[in-house]
Amino acid sequence: MSDLFSELFLGALLFGAMTAAVPLLLAGLGEQISEKAGVLNIGIEGMMIFGAYTGFVGAYYSGSLWFGFLTGALGGAVVASIMVLLCVRIGLNQIVIGIGLTLGFDGLTALLHHFQFSRTYPRLAAAEITAIPLLSDIPVIGPAFFRHHLLVYLAVLLVGVMVYVYRRTQLGLNLQAAGDKPAALDVAGVDVVRTRTVAVLSTGVLAGLGGAYLADVGAGIFVPFITNGAGFLGIVLAMLARGRPLWVLLGALVFGLCLSLTTALQVAGINIPTDVIQMIPFLAVMAMLVIFGRRSQLPAALGIPYVRGAR
Amino acid sequence: MSVDTAPVEMTERSIVARSPGMRKVVHRLVLTVGPVLAALALAGLLLLALGVDPLAYYGYVINRGLLSPSGIQQTLTRMAPLLFLASGLIVAFRAGIWNLGADGQFLLAAVTAAAAGPYFAAIMPAWLAVVLAFLMSVLVAMAWSFVPALLRAYQGVNEIITTLMMTFLGTSLANVLVKLVFLDPGTTVPQTRTLPVEDRLPRLFDTTISSGLVLGLIAIVAVHLVMTRTSFGLRLRIVGANPRAAVHSGLAVPRLTLAVFALSAGLAGAAGAVDILGVQGNVRADWNPAYGFAVIPMVFLARFNGFAAIAFVLLLSVLSIGGESAARRLGVPNHFTLVLVAIVLIVLAIAEYIDHRFIQSRKA
Repeated sequence: MSDLFSELFLGALLFGAMTAAVPLLLAGLGEQISEKAGVLNIGIEGMMIFGAYTGFVGAYYSGSLWFGFLTGALGGAVVASIMVLLCVRIGLNQIVIGIGLTLGFDGLTALLHHFQFSRTYPRLAAAEITAIPLLSDIPVIGPAFFRHHLLVYLAVLLVGVMVYVYRRTQLGLNLQAAGDKPAALDVAGVDVVRTRTVAVLSTGVLAGLGGAYLADVGAGIFVPFITNGAGFLGIVLAMLARGRPLWVLLGALVFGLCLSLTTALQVAGINIPTDVIQMIPFLAVMAMLVIFGRRSQLPAALGIPYVRGAR
Repeated sequence: MSVDTAPVEMTERSIVARSPGMRKVVHRLVLTVGPVLAALALAGLLLLALGVDPLAYYGYVINRGLLSPSGIQQTLTRMAPLLFLASGLIVAFRAGIWNLGADGQFLLAAVTAAAAGPYFAAIMPAWLAVVLAFLMSVLVAMAWSFVPALLRAYQGVNEIITTLMMTFLGTSLANVLVKLVFLDPGTTVPQTRTLPVEDRLPRLFDTTISSGLVLGLIAIVAVHLVMTRTSFGLRLRIVGANPRAAVHSGLAVPRLTLAVFALSAGLAGAAGAVDILGVQGNVRADWNPAYGFAVIPMVFLARFNGFAAIAFVLLLSVLSIGGESAARRLGVPNHFTLVLVAIVLIVLAIAEYIDHRFIQSRKA
């Protein structure tokens, strides 16, 4: 117990929290875009798992992490384009298709993994770390937050970019209108379907990237069902954040900390079953929903396909 | 249907289907069977790409899941929990409540049944023990849905998120209970005590089919009739179709919402109970068949119709029993069933859309 609060333990805990937070952050930011535009993207778990698979395959065969991130993002976009076609273009039920995509790609990636990797279980080399000068020398905080793969900093920067997009650009306004009052957007001469298409594809890219990071950097390996509900956590983050990217970052860090605590406590030799600790993030969500429930407002047209001229 | 079709065409068509009602049924059947076949073909292409002969695989699955005597008995037994889950989902979905937490409710009920069953069986007649364990499981599942129910009914919090979270929580909690609280000290594998075979739900006649099947069939038919033939069902459907209209017409929407959650979760709990009290006898650590998620597409495919759901549950049951067997013998993991279900769901949704467009364009 005495070394529970040692510098080393705390550093490892926070480093793990940041590593675990990045996929959640990317998924949450991605889901936020879709939700803003009025598409409840339950398929994000499927986008993430396919991104994790394609990201791992890309990185494994090319030997380049960045190529893996690229293929991961493309994998997510592929799943997203199915969602676009079925839910945005022809207006099928978003929840049904979302669940279908999640089930289907969970199964597909597990199947592909079985035929491809289940005998060898290949691993990737540890990811290259970019230390930020000066900041990375701060004790505890430095190694925890400023010695990560470059993508981690880019993901955090994306929070700022999204704030800018939502607040200052026409695209941000269009996204919001597509979720709150699509008919008004249509009257203003902007194509609702196209706006939502852009939104869902962006979600796919970000979710795929998150999945790829999870497999390539976080775990270094792809195993079936590796995302284990991370996409669903992304949905929760987006919902709790009520359209604010910064809140997604905060939420992702809290969840990351809970996930990191699982491994850290075991390393520290505290004997609590992993199942108990695995419950913490979900308990945290439920607690937050109970406390902030009433205020978690969602876009008015969330989940409703847009059909021009329909009442 | 358009009225202005030529009389000649009418007589030609009437050979296929005599009355408009009959024609509707045939239309529905074609619209269902066609896409299922198309989906099987599509999934077959995937098998081909993986180097597996699709015809051999499907043949094996149908043989093991439907045609062989032991296979069909297993399939019918497997249907019991799936039917309960489907009926729970039908109640919720018809009332416009997306209970995606069936798996958590199922697992906690299963653990309850596994803990209570052997305990009661030791101190009272077996039939009473089974009944009590069953009721306790149902109550536990209902309780597990209470927080999402309250949040939805009185705070308007989206139940998709809360029930999903409760499922993740429930899966972990079930594991904790199995590993720490109800652990059978007599075995080396972490699992609960086992309910002796003679104390379980009786089997049907001379077969190995659990009588849970009958209970499941009763449940889904009852749910179908309640939802379509009673004023309570009508009220729930109004809430589902248009919650605002339901409020304005004076329905007690929050209270109806609570009732829907209790019914839906209770039926999911009954699924867990029949699976443990009829088939498994105990719960092993990390056991999670995730039936709930697999049943959701079936319920959609059945368009929330109880009788159609029975057919789709049979299909899922054949696929999963046959698929489990094929996983052992042909080396194709059972995950393929998930892919197949997803493809069926998507192809059917597209077919429905095309059909809808076709009818509309004929009307226009």
